[in-house]
Amino acid sequence: MSQIVDTPPTIETNTDFEVRSLDEMCVNDSHLVEPWYHNIKYALIGILFGITFIKAEIVSWFRIQEMFRFQSFHMYGVIGVAVVVGAISIQIIKRFKIKTMYGEPIELHNKSFNKGQIYGGLLFGFGWAITGACPGPLFAQIGAGFLAVGVTLLSAIAGTWVYGYVRERLPH
Amino acid sequence: MLQFLSQPWHWSVAGVLIGLTVPTLLLLGNRVFGISSNLRHICAACFPANIPFFKYDWKKEAWNLFFIGGAILGAVIAANFLKDPAPFQVAAATQRDLQALGVQDFSAMMPADLFGVDQIFTIKGLIFMVFGGFLIGFGTRYGGGCTSGHAISGLSNLQLPSLIATISFMAGGFLMTHFGLPLLFKLF
Repeated sequence: MSQIVDTPPTIETNTDFEVRSLDEMCVNDSHLVEPWYHNIKYALIGILFGITFIKAEIVSWFRIQEMFRFQSFHMYGVIGVAVVVGAISIQIIKRFKIKTMYGEPIELHNKSFNKGQIYGGLLFGFGWAITGACPGPLFAQIGAGFLAVGVTLLSAIAGTWVYGYVRERLPH
Repeated sequence: MLQFLSQPWHWSVAGVLIGLTVPTLLLLGNRVFGISSNLRHICAACFPANIPFFKYDWKKEAWNLFFIGGAILGAVIAANFLKDPAPFQVAAATQRDLQALGVQDFSAMMPADLFGVDQIFTIKGLIFMVFGGFLIGFGTRYGGGCTSGHAISGLSNLQLPSLIATISFMAGGFLMTHFGLPLLFKLF
């Protein structure tokens, strides 16, 4: 069983939180201490997600080329519908103050603007058009048997590492 | 049923399922959908090298690694057990444009003449895998997220910085497709 930690570390004294909030993807923490096997439910959602990626051909280099050449509506349809469904869901969660299955309030953090979103976004866009993959499809392509994409993934990990190494010297 | 599932799925079905991932992860445990963070967690777990950006408790984010592990498994399942017998389709205009650039294989989701295992140690491999992959990893972290974290999670939560990031990476993609790729295809 999960146990609720009575006194979660406060934001002011928890430097780990600050390090993680350097990019806002890691701050939305559950304060529950869970045994590892509770993560299996995320793996199950991941399986459905991976099947969707393959069956809707989102992992295809050609679908991404069609998108960037305005020659198919497919990817615009996928992303557009996903955003609308996600936005309606979040509005419902906020409106009715829905809690997680463990009874925790759902926390949504606002992102703050920095110039990295423009520079980094452009660089990622270049990579997306070259490889036909954003990070999700990168993993799924390998699972689908395109094994050479393992090289792309290793290089993406290297790119992330180099960013971490030089980030203090980059304009943000 | 299996036959029905094996056809390529309509964009609306995929859109609904991917969109529902956002509330599902929130309801399961306050998790925000965002995949590129996993690249950072892998760095933090394997090569932190005393870099502040990688000094955090990545184990708290293990859920995301389970999620992406599941996605790989889902891809294995879909590619092996839900295989569509019909030939792969590419829009005629795209096929024409890509043939003009020099792409030859249109038989599968990835062109084998660019992403085949035999291309790893060639100049094509260097461009399409090593260079492209590096840009994905560097760019997503510099931008603070990818298609899932910014375009889907961020826009769903009406975040202006995510809109700016989404516009930036779409712009990057257009620039690379229309101006960069014709140059890159001249290198081999």
